[in-house]
Parts: sequence; C-alpha cells; structure tokens
Amino acid sequence: MLVFIARRLFVSIWVFLASTVVVFFLSTRIRDPLADARQLPDGAREAAMAEISERMGLDDPVLVRYFNWLADVVTGDLGVDRQGQSVSAALEGAFTATLQLITGATVLAIVIGIAVGVISALRQYTALDQTVTFVAFVCFSLPMFWVGTLLKQFLALDFNDWLADPTISPLFVGGISLIVGLACGSLVVGDRRSRLTAFGSATAAMAVLLLVLSATEWFADPGLGPIVIALSAVGGALGFTTLVTGLEWQPPLKAALVTAGIGVVAALALGPVLEDPELLTVVGLALLTVAISGAVGWFLGGELYRRTAVPASILTGVFTGAVIFTDRMLQSFADYSESVGGRPISTIGAETPNYSGTFWESGLDSVGHLALPTLALVLISLASYTRYTRASMLEVMNQDYVRTGRAKGLSERAVVTRHVLRNGLIPITTLVAYDIGTIVGGAVLTEEVFGWSAMGSLLFQGIEQGDPMPIMAFFLVAGGAIVVFNMVADIVYAFLDPRIRLS
Amino acid sequence: MTRNAESGAPENELNAAHGMSVVARSQSQLVRRRFFRHRGALAGMVLFGLVVILAVTSIGAGPIPGWWDKDPTTTGSVVGEGRPTLSVLPGFLGGGGVHLGEHPFGQDNVGRDYFALTMRGAQVSLLIAVIVGVVATLVGTVVGALAGYFRGWTESVLMRITDVVIAVPTLLLAGLIGVIVAGRGVVLFAFFLGLCMWTQIARLVRGEVLSLREKEYVEAARSVGTSARRIIFKHILPNTVGIIIVSATLTIATAVLTESALSFLNLGVRPPDTSLGRLITDYRTALSVRPWLFYWPGAFIIAIALSVNFIGDGLRDAFDPRQTRVRD
Repeated sequence: MLVFIARRLFVSIWVFLASTVVVFFLSTRIRDPLADARQLPDGAREAAMAEISERMGLDDPVLVRYFNWLADVVTGDLGVDRQGQSVSAALEGAFTATLQLITGATVLAIVIGIAVGVISALRQYTALDQTVTFVAFVCFSLPMFWVGTLLKQFLALDFNDWLADPTISPLFVGGISLIVGLACGSLVVGDRRSRLTAFGSATAAMAVLLLVLSATEWFADPGLGPIVIALSAVGGALGFTTLVTGLEWQPPLKAALVTAGIGVVAALALGPVLEDPELLTVVGLALLTVAISGAVGWFLGGELYRRTAVPASILTGVFTGAVIFTDRMLQSFADYSESVGGRPISTIGAETPNYSGTFWESGLDSVGHLALPTLALVLISLASYTRYTRASMLEVMNQDYVRTGRAKGLSERAVVTRHVLRNGLIPITTLVAYDIGTIVGGAVLTEEVFGWSAMGSLLFQGIEQGDPMPIMAFFLVAGGAIVVFNMVADIVYAFLDPRIRLS
Repeated sequence: MTRNAESGAPENELNAAHGMSVVARSQSQLVRRRFFRHRGALAGMVLFGLVVILAVTSIGAGPIPGWWDKDPTTTGSVVGEGRPTLSVLPGFLGGGGVHLGEHPFGQDNVGRDYFALTMRGAQVSLLIAVIVGVVATLVGTVVGALAGYFRGWTESVLMRITDVVIAVPTLLLAGLIGVIVAGRGVVLFAFFLGLCMWTQIARLVRGEVLSLREKEYVEAARSVGTSARRIIFKHILPNTVGIIIVSATLTIATAVLTESALSFLNLGVRPPDTSLGRLITDYRTALSVRPWLFYWPGAFIIAIALSVNFIGDGLRDAFDPRQTRVRD
C-alpha cells in the first residue's frame, strides 16, 4: 500500500508540473498586456510600457518567465500582477470566499444526492424512482448561469416580498401537502391500503402544519421552542437507532434516548451562554456534545452493544445539537430581517457590507447570502450523485451475497445497510473525490452569476489583462485540487477495494 | 420502460408456451430493439429531431433560404414593446388562438426578430456541439485504443498526457483557448473545445481495450501475423462501439452546456457570431424588462441537452442491458 501511495504521489507531482507549463504558456498568449499602454500619448508611453514590461518580465523568453515563476512559487511567493499587487494576498481572500461558497453546497449535494439515490434504487421502477430519474436528467441539463439568474430574479425577490406578509395561499398549501403526501405514499412498501393511508395522513399533517404556521405568522418570527426540540431529539434517537442497529436491542436505544434527554436539558440550561456566543464556544460545545454522547453510548452500551450504541448515541447527540443550533438561529431571524430592511435573502456578494450583529445574526447574514448560490450548485451537482448512487446500488443489489443475506433471514435493514450500502458506496467515494476536485474550477460560473469576488475574479482579471500571474494562482488551487483529489480517489479506492492494489 | 417489459414478457412466454418460433436477432437488431423500447430515449429523439429541424429549416443554412421570412440581423421598429406574439392557447379556452404572429419569440430592444436570432443561436450551438462530439470522440478513441493495445511506454506517455489535460479545469483550458482563437470563427473554436474534452472517452476506451486485447480471438489474429493496425481497427474497436457511441452522445450534451457557459463568461463565441449562451449573456440585463429574451435561449439549451442526455441513456441501456429488466 505504501509503495502504491508513493508511486501515485510521484506521478501526480509530475503531471501537475506539466500542466502548469501548459497553462502558463497558454496564458502568456491570450492578449497583449501592453495594449492599453500603447494608447498613451508619446511622452508617457515608453515609461508605462517599460514599467509593465519590467514588472511582468516581458523582455525575457517565456521559458525564463516560467522558471522564475516556478522558483518563486517554491518559496511560497506567487508574484505580483500587472498593477504590482501581490497575488498571494489576493488569492488568500479569494480562496476563503470560494471555500465558503462551495463547502456547504458540496456537503448538501453529497448527502442529499446519495440519500435520494439509495431510496430510488431501493424502490426501483416505482413512480418515485421514475420521477427522481426524470428530475435528475433535467438537473443534468440545466445551464447553471441561466438557473442562477432566474433564482436571483424570482425566488429571492418573491420570497423577500412574501416575508413582508407571510401567509400561505390555500393553493400553495394544497400543492405542497399533495407533493409531500405523494412522496410519503410512494416510500411505503405494502399493499394499496397502507400506501393510501400513508398518503392521506402525510397530506393532512402537512396541510395542518402549513395552515397553523401561516395563521400564526410563524415565518415572520420563526423558532422551534422547547417542545419541538424535545420531539425532534426523541425522533432523532429513534431514527438513528433504527438505522444503526434496529429498535429491537435495548441498550443502544436507551443510550440514544438518554443522549437526546441530556441534549434537551442542555438546551434549556445553556440559554444564557447561547445568547451571543463566540465561534470558539460553539465549536467547543459541539466537541463536548460528541464526547458526552460517545461516553453515554460507551457506558450504557456495555460490552455487548458498544459497537452499535456509540454511533447511535453520537449521531443522536450531534443531531440534537444541530436542532438547538437551528432554533437559536431562527429565533434571531426577526431581528436580522429587520436590520437588513426585510430582505434577508440576498442576491449579490458574500456578506452585507459593514454588517455587525450577534453571532446568530452574522450567521444568518452568511446563510442569506449563501442560500441562492448553494441552491443553484446543489441543483446541478445533485443529479450526478443520485444517478451514480442508484446505478451502483442496483449493481450490488443483484449480487449473490445479497441474496444469501436475505436467504439466511437477515432483516431488510441489515441487508441494506451492511451488505448493499457498504459495497455500493465504494465507487461513490471515488466519484465524490473526483467531483470535489473539479468543484473549485466549476464554481467560477456561480461566483460570476452571484457577484462573489472569489477565485473566479482572479481568473477573469488575468484573462482581461493578459496577465499570467492571477491565472496561475487560480490554477494552482483549482488544478491542484483536481490532481490531489484524483490521487485521493485512487488511494481511497485501493484502500476500500483490495482487488485494485493487489492486481 | 417497465410497462413495456411487463406487458412484453407474458407475450414472449406465451409464444414460447405455444411452441412458436424463437426469433433469431443480430446484435445490432437487439440494440435497436432495446433502444426503441426505451421511452425516454424515444422522446429524446423526437425532441432533438424537432429542435434540429426547426433550427435548420426556419432561417435556412448558408445560401439556402428557410421558411421564416425575417433575418436575425435586420433591425426594425419595435412592435408592442417587443412582446412575443406566439400564442398556443386556442380561442375557446380563453387564449388568443393558435398562431405564430409577427414575432413569435418577440423582439429585442433594437427590433431584431428574436425567433430568427434564437434559431441562429441554436444552429451555432448545435454545430459546435457536433464538432466537439466528433473531435473528442476521434481523439479519445485513438488515444485510448493505442494506450490500451500497445501498453508499455506508449500507454504511459498517452495516459500521462490525458492526466495533464484532466488536471486543467475545462473552463480554464477551453476559456484560454477560446480567447486565443477569438474572432477566427466558431468552427475553429469548436475544434479546440473538442481537444479539451476527449479525456473521459480515452479512459473508457483504454479500459475496454485492455480487457479485449487479452481475448482469444485477438491472440488468434496476432498469431497469424495480423498487423497491429488491423487488429485495433477490425477486431477490437468494433467491440467497443457501444461505449464510444454512448460517450460521444454524452459529450455532445456536455458540449452544449460548456459552450454556453463559456460564451456566457465571454470566453467563447463572440459577436458577430452568436450562440444560445451568447444570447443569454447579451440580454442578461434585460431580464426584468424583457424576460422573454432570457427565456427562449435557455429553454433551447435545456431542450437540446435534455434530449441528448435521454438519447445517451437509452443507448447505454441498449448496449449494456444488465441493469434493466427490458427483455430482448
């Protein structure tokens, strides 16, 4: 395995070096960097041209310029652009912004995409599966910049307008409830009657919920409250225990429920601390949550059930923490909304300029700015994860060992989570790794549409001025991500599937 | 596709039960049959055919005139704020009747007919996509086949070149080349775009060739002294044709989206040429005033990409029916 990694690393470094050569040569050829200096009046022209030539090294052959750049990069200096500004400094800010933009979107797309793909494979050839397939194809075919602009124009504006008077029209209530009901109905396995029951109760529940939310104007001043937090914590405990081991074993279930209980008590007790915390406090609390719930699982699980109780308990703990976090954020929504003039969903940039508020309010500010680009990015990348997961799951589900699992009487849950998921997700890990690599380069479009000044601005600045330095800085990150993640994908695949590394 | 399989299955069994004939079908017949049973693919074919016919016949191509009497470049007076006159709702349903009207897709701010403009854009986008598909498939197939067949040094060199191209984000590579060849016409641009998009096909073909070259019939051909060229082109490549066709189709779908993205970023097609992506950029600011200038090109991009993706999916199922229940 070590030999495999070393060989892969060696190849990657050379490949990356070769590609920097290609990009550098191309980017010196795009445009005459002296074009605007040539337009200057006679006296100033020579001086301006000489200054730019000096700064960009235009008098040297391209090869010399490349090696000068490479020598600088090795020492961590990305050079100066045509105006003499440090590219390293620009890259730092740009990279932070891009990272902020793509992290949430990538995680969301992966989680939702894989979940939908798994469900769609488990319900192969049902109406649900066909719908998912069709929607995935449509998402595949969407031009990102077109959807982004539409979202900006309509979703953001209309949503903000609607927030001024947050009542839901009956037509909307009916529509959403029907969709939710249909989804629930098609998820249930069983005869026509149980499916109809599921459809009916889900539709009714959703409709009642929406009507209540609308009547109480919940959307103007949202929040969850202790009762909903408690209910979701218990629900989370039951759900994660089912997922991890099934409800028939007492200790894991007990551990998860105790964790949920501790979470709810903590939510009430921590009230003052969470009023306006530091980022560090929140991170600390998150770590503490994992530690405590892990300990609960460890002790309540006992020797026999430790392996299932610990993950069930940790998942419940983290979930409960996330619910409390969301509740806090929702509670400060009204204040935030007021402070930005009742238009919380923003269409331009990464943050409201000169905005300052509590931890929760500046958090909401980021969320409001991230909402649309994230939605657009998720829509586009969701489709491929769904399709690949579905294909991979179906392939595994036809394997003999899955039939053996069923034949020896394993529960459906055990078959799916232990036999199918574990093997079906192996090819997905590689796909996800490849994809993450290309995301930095692909986010350029999203940044452009939503007016983020991030990695894309470096690229456009370089192309506009015929300046290789910003382009190379962009490429170091975007191309570097591709090379690194391709390597990671290969190594992870070899690690997960021994057939690769042994052959 | 399920319904077909389910309703088709009892019929087959019935035939077998009555001792009726079992039809022998060649490989290509099987593929065609499976393809035409794929409802999505069939719908995709129809939609794609309609778009192509509409784009080509309406304003004509080159010297051949089309049936649409307006020209994409002629400016004129703006009628009725340039709103689309297309109406599809019949009169008895409260609509304006079914007619095209003077400017079915509306007019832009200087009175150009937007239907003609969109058709022109669709023609260019389709042309670029097809050229990209052909170039990428040719390069990818040759690289993949040579690497897979000769192995050793050839393989190392070719696959490292592939890795280098993969390492550069497509938007960056194609964008730089797009700027360099700017103003020399869309065909050249499409050619270079194709040179940025062959890596996927090369990897797939190489994988197929690697397994095919170990087959007995290839060994047999080698043992009677068949030349490498003949083995590759006569014995190996025909067996990879499924993979090649499927990825060529999917490349075309990606090419439509990549071209429009590049044109949107001002790195692709430039005036005086136009394309669907270019139209969206040009009229991007008009969204709040004349939204139709924004809708039509986007709708055509989606129609082309969606139909080609569905065709690709149908072809994949047709060539590799392992995952579907469709009976032969």
